[in-house]
Amino acid sequence: MTQYEPVIGLEVHAEMLTESKMFCACPVVDSTEAPPNTTVCPVCTAQPGVLPVINRQAVEYGIKVGLALNCTINEFNQFARKSYFYPDLPKGYQISQYEHPLASNGWLDIDVDDETRRIGITRAHLEEDTGKNIHMGSSSLVDLNRAGVPLLEIVSEPDMRSVEEVEAYARKLRAILVYLGVNHGDMSKGVLRFEANISVRPTGSDEMNTRTEIKNLNSIRSLVRASQYEIARQIKLVESGGQVIQQTMGFNEESGKTTVQRSKEYADDYRYFPEPDLPPLNIDRAWVAAIEKTLPELPDAKRERFIDELGLSVQDAGVLVADKATAEYFEAALKADVDAKTVANWVTGELFRLMNAAGVEIEQVKVTPEALVDLIKLVEAETINNNTAKEVLEAMFETGHSAGEIVKEQGLAQISDSSALEAIIEQVLEANPEPVEKYLGGKEGLFGWLVGQVMKETRGQANATVVNQIMRERLEGMRKA
Amino acid sequence: MTELTELTIHEAYALLKKGELSSVDLTQAYLDRIDVLDGRLHAYLAVTSDETLEQARRADERRAKGEDDPLLGIPVAYKDVLCTQGVETTCGSKILAGYKPPYTATAIDKMEARGAVMLGKTNMDEFAMGSSTENSGYGVTRNPWDTERVPGGSSGGSAAAVAAQMATAALGSDTGGSIRQPASLCGVVGLKPSYGRVSRYGLVAYASSLDQIGPFSRSVADAAVLLGAIAGHDPQDSTSVDMPVPDYIAALTSDLKGVKVGVPKEYFIEGIDPAVERIVRAAIDQLKELGATVQEVSLPHTDMALPVYYLIAPAEASANLARFDGIRYGPREQGDTLWDTYCQTREAGFGPEVKRRIMLGTYALSAGYYDAYYLKAQKVRTLIKQDFDAAFEDVDVIACPASPTTAFRIGEKVDDPLQMYLSDVFTLALNLAGNCGISVPCGFDDDNLPVGLQLVGPAFGEERILRAAHAYEQATEWHKRVPVLSG
Ligand SMILES: [Zn+2]
Repeated sequence: MTQYEPVIGLEVHAEMLTESKMFCACPVVDSTEAPPNTTVCPVCTAQPGVLPVINRQAVEYGIKVGLALNCTINEFNQFARKSYFYPDLPKGYQISQYEHPLASNGWLDIDVDDETRRIGITRAHLEEDTGKNIHMGSSSLVDLNRAGVPLLEIVSEPDMRSVEEVEAYARKLRAILVYLGVNHGDMSKGVLRFEANISVRPTGSDEMNTRTEIKNLNSIRSLVRASQYEIARQIKLVESGGQVIQQTMGFNEESGKTTVQRSKEYADDYRYFPEPDLPPLNIDRAWVAAIEKTLPELPDAKRERFIDELGLSVQDAGVLVADKATAEYFEAALKADVDAKTVANWVTGELFRLMNAAGVEIEQVKVTPEALVDLIKLVEAETINNNTAKEVLEAMFETGHSAGEIVKEQGLAQISDSSALEAIIEQVLEANPEPVEKYLGGKEGLFGWLVGQVMKETRGQANATVVNQIMRERLEGMRKA
Repeated sequence: MTELTELTIHEAYALLKKGELSSVDLTQAYLDRIDVLDGRLHAYLAVTSDETLEQARRADERRAKGEDDPLLGIPVAYKDVLCTQGVETTCGSKILAGYKPPYTATAIDKMEARGAVMLGKTNMDEFAMGSSTENSGYGVTRNPWDTERVPGGSSGGSAAAVAAQMATAALGSDTGGSIRQPASLCGVVGLKPSYGRVSRYGLVAYASSLDQIGPFSRSVADAAVLLGAIAGHDPQDSTSVDMPVPDYIAALTSDLKGVKVGVPKEYFIEGIDPAVERIVRAAIDQLKELGATVQEVSLPHTDMALPVYYLIAPAEASANLARFDGIRYGPREQGDTLWDTYCQTREAGFGPEVKRRIMLGTYALSAGYYDAYYLKAQKVRTLIKQDFDAAFEDVDVIACPASPTTAFRIGEKVDDPLQMYLSDVFTLALNLAGNCGISVPCGFDDDNLPVGLQLVGPAFGEERILRAAHAYEQATEWHKRVPVLSG
């Protein structure tokens, strides 16, 4: 039977979190929090007679993204009007870029199953976000706080061949936007939205079949679920002799299914034409070069550096750079004189485990990088052992107290003092004459059991190395006696 | 003594400066005259009486404190397409009935900074679409020279107000001739600045790439003062040009020695009123007497200007007018569905000419037609601009009629849009090219209806056309004739 593979391209709408909106001076605010219609002005509410003015910072942000995605930054830029009627679109047209986008012909490398795949970026263009319609019973209200917020639409080539690649692409792109500081990546705030174009074909063929477009996917999870469903739907349809129809689909979060919004014959005619209120924007090469110099280290470069210079495993390095805040946390810890691999182990091991269990992001973690280093130092100084340190970290995670405070409060410091340990060892030997006898008679394996009794007595706080040493000396002494 | 309302800006300024006249008295004289005459002429959609007098009082205070400006205390009128904060701005359309803008147009802000006093808002063809003011949603304005005739349009209210001495001066807007044609038909001076010379911020857009705000006045020198007041770069209008504003008054001279005047052979066409041709040709002879050299020039793509204009302007208008949806402002006709609400609101709010142009423009931009109509029109627009560029290599200014006819009768062309569109055949090519042009009174036909001489300059060549127009005006008496009106 024929095997099928999906052919997927993504359109990502990323808000550019600039100080002001794309074409007016209104501040860009969290549109899920701000009281409705409080960050609006004559321009973004489309009062008669107003004119747009291009936000230079939005263009700069767009250039940053274009450069990070290995695109050509086009010298000649032109905005265009995209016309359609909807109450959240105050002018009745959206100012977007059509024939002359800001950036084109780039690529993004993603890693799936230990393999690197290069996904083409067709273009990235600037436009303005719409407001929001809020439906209340039979009436609707319009909130224009979001209207005019800069959006960068990043369009990929149809280069993805699995849902795993879709997810990896979305996560990688999100990480880059956050690294660049142009978007905070919090999808619950609607600052990143996805559209997937999906078709299927026999595996290995190079035909391009009719595709469907799934709109308004507001999280990577929805993107993944919707893609999975739509791929399966199309394969089933084709296998049963059906044909995919070019359609715009929506995704129902509750049912997990894609549903038809409209077919091509009803497609909107957006009547694009060059925006006469904005002269063409010529982007100076020197400006692009200056922006390029300000680009931060991006995830791929950082990962390579972590591997090459810090000796981290590919796995650990990959996990640490996948999220900007995690990478920053890790690097903040490294400012102290501490072993990078040890820090990496603690972050990707215990800290991640605690974060997952508590369902928090690294930004909310109460343990500062400096506090984590202090904990590691206590282990290195043999004040506590590794097992105790895990307990201490858990307490730090919950309370935000320092490792030193917790060790002191709970009396967790390791007992390395020879005289104290000698007394306990003496007790253990006296209390267990039979195992001692058997050990001296050749049952060497009982040494560990005897050490274990000491650890038990000290609630695990005894310095195992010291205990081993004293215990061996005492037993050897007994043998000679 | 002359009636106060007959004074030009310069004449009134001289009296105000000497303390022989107060702005309050001058303003009151206009308000009184409006009271008497405007019931018949209907040049105004709104007269802001109380606020007007308050502004006049403030102007007198400013002058008393030592401020000195030719516009300080001068009563002027603004076309209702210009936004005035808190003062109803309808663009002559029912769809904006009751709309009070939350902000003021840059041009008016500049006028107010200079101390000009606002008398009110003037009537116009709905959204500046028309050549007779008959397309106003609030009734036609009548021509002060013959009240059975139109004042021209779309800035007919502003032109009529200045002609009938119901304002010292006025601002209008010109997209295809909407200042120069009514100026010609009403016997006043009307100037369309070069595209980008005056900020369009607060000018409700008809066709964004063609619209410009400009002055109406009773003398060329007044037009120069007004242009100087409103011109200049505005950070809120990216199409306004960042070039210094010249001293336009300093450009005015009484002779035209060394000035080369071009007469485009394509502008004296069949269909032009013989009286208009005769009077304009006589005016051109007068330019020669003033020292100018006159030569024929050719603008070969002239006959394409009208069709190109009627693709580009409606295309832009179809998008510009999409915001009038009854959602945020203006009257709303609530339908059963959102779509019904849109359709019913726009059906009730827009007049037939506006609907016609929205449909024309929507069609020209539609998928499958865009290349053949909009894109082709833009290419021809470039050719039209090149015609002018070539002509201005040989001459300094171009002289031609502003309108092919004098004022026509109310109702004469309303049922024939194409005939109406021909009213702008001599003016709209300039808007396509981005040039500047001025209409200055140059005679009267046998029915005592005024004729305007249009003087055209290259982009940002306002000094040249003001100079030519001023020299012509100073050598003639036409601008001194006033229509005989009685309440
Ligand atoms: Zn705004």
